[in-house]
Amino acid sequence: MMSEIVIHTENLTRKFGDFVAVNTISFDVKAGEIFGFLGANGAGKTTAMKILCGLLSPTSGVASVAGFDVYKENEQIKENIGYMSQKFSLYENLTVRENIRFFGGIYGIDRKSLKVKSEELIQRLGLGLEADKLVGSLPLGWKQKISFSVAILHNPKVVFLDEPTGGVDPITRRQFWDMIYEASAKGITVFVTTHYMDEAEYCDRVSIMVDGAIAAMGKPSELKKQFAVENMDGVFLQLARGAKRSE
Amino acid sequence: MNKLLFLLQKEFKQIFRNPTILRMIIIMPILQLILLPLAADYEVKNIMVSVVDLDHSPYSKRLIQKIDASSYFKLVEYSPSYKKSLETVGDGKTDLILTIPRGFEKTLIKENSTKLHLAADAVNGIRGGLGSTYLTQVVGDFNREIREEWLVMPRNSEIPQIEVTTANWYNPHYKYPLFMVPGILVVLVTMVGAFMTALNIVAEKEIGTIEQLNVTPLKKHEFILGKLIPFWVLGMVSITMGIVVAFVIFRILPVGSFLTIYAFSAVYLFGVLGIGLLISTFSDTQQQATLFAFFAMMVFILLGGLYTPIEGMPRWSQILTYFNPPAYLIKIVRAIYIKGSVFSDLKNDFYVLIAFAIGFNGLAILNYRKRMA
Repeated sequence: MMSEIVIHTENLTRKFGDFVAVNTISFDVKAGEIFGFLGANGAGKTTAMKILCGLLSPTSGVASVAGFDVYKENEQIKENIGYMSQKFSLYENLTVRENIRFFGGIYGIDRKSLKVKSEELIQRLGLGLEADKLVGSLPLGWKQKISFSVAILHNPKVVFLDEPTGGVDPITRRQFWDMIYEASAKGITVFVTTHYMDEAEYCDRVSIMVDGAIAAMGKPSELKKQFAVENMDGVFLQLARGAKRSE
Repeated sequence: MNKLLFLLQKEFKQIFRNPTILRMIIIMPILQLILLPLAADYEVKNIMVSVVDLDHSPYSKRLIQKIDASSYFKLVEYSPSYKKSLETVGDGKTDLILTIPRGFEKTLIKENSTKLHLAADAVNGIRGGLGSTYLTQVVGDFNREIREEWLVMPRNSEIPQIEVTTANWYNPHYKYPLFMVPGILVVLVTMVGAFMTALNIVAEKEIGTIEQLNVTPLKKHEFILGKLIPFWVLGMVSITMGIVVAFVIFRILPVGSFLTIYAFSAVYLFGVLGIGLLISTFSDTQQQATLFAFFAMMVFILLGGLYTPIEGMPRWSQILTYFNPPAYLIKIVRAIYIKGSVFSDLKNDFYVLIAFAIGFNGLAILNYRKRMA
């Protein structure tokens, strides 16, 4: 495995007034890794992710993504990342094809290759018949698959996924993770937050956030050994039980 | 540049798929232009007059006849006393009470002057004020008439008389639609420009798609132009609709040139689009944006000279109107429509509109953040 570091943070902190949403977190993510970012609701996952995506300024600490500093090179970071937010992020009143073209277009893919790429994508997703339907009329699972595909259409170095599988059935979730593996195989680093502990098992490495700080980090197998439990659920429960913040 | 084209393409597609927006730019101009000029008429007619004639003389009869003959007044009652008359004011049946005192004719002939008493219901200040002004004019006419009769006899001692005649320029018949239609056109452009832009951007905030745009390398100016240009086009469409409706319904065409109207509207629109953009940077929900827009619109219209002339406002609020963009365009469009003003007449206003466009957009751009602090 390559050891190039794609995401680097050191004592990264974000405060909202007196509230410390993200408390001195430090970690590295290597190229091509699938990095699971776990934590209970309100633990600070989304805040940390927004800082890395350049949507939110950090209060203090160091962070860089794809080799660019989050303080100064915010806009360069954006050229190199894909992002799929917790809120549904495609335009519901545009068709599948129009959404793909639009987002491809604003990432600077030229019209000719965009045309080829979007047809390819539509075929791969098996959406030949639905390509000209409004996204709003499609089931949630499909929307999320399209969202993800759109987020990696421009071949970013890193893709950030904020609870990408919230609210979908187990089969679609499984298919979604197949897509994540495919992306990872192409060398795209995947940074994913989730509530589902079975999904945590699919990650190369996970970190578990409790009350804004990272309470544990490592391969799922190592963590299970460390906490002497059979699955990630057990690890999570042991750590999250001590949490003071909740929804 | 290419990215901007993608944005515009997306924006126009969404607009044409949104029936509410289309309804707003088509039906709103038609309804507003048909209803408002007909309803918003300042002329006060049918002023109810109650007369307390305590004199019962030929002169008092003649004065009453004269009032009755005027199209502004309606004699609703002859009352035996002022007190009795006052009761009908309480019921809202009377606007004015004219009391002709006992000995009116006698004093007038003997002493060459006399007094009348006029009381007005000032709950509706405009109606009361205009009513008493009109009635004073009628009394003045009456006064002149009888004086002329008296003077006819000694031919040689004619007093030089000054007669004032008035000519109403540009709108000789005080056609209200001619006055209102250009003003309403401006309100329309303002609504489309400022509020549809604000609501559109805030809607993207609410749905969350703006976050998706903010993580892309899309530049701030590309995003802003991508939002402004479509609504600029819609605003121009809306004003065109308005011009057509004004002609079809009221047969009103500008005396000046269409080109001048479009030139001013084009610049003005960028200013109000900037206001919309600014509102969107302050608001997180469409509800907030709508409320803000509602208050802004009230100020725009009330301080814009659409209904009440700016010249009649107190000094401090006249100064406020200098900062009210619609006040300029209402004045400009009226001047072009009614007087046929040309570009050079309105040059200074043009510079002010440019300043507004730069100012509001500048503030909005400064305030728009791709990244939250």
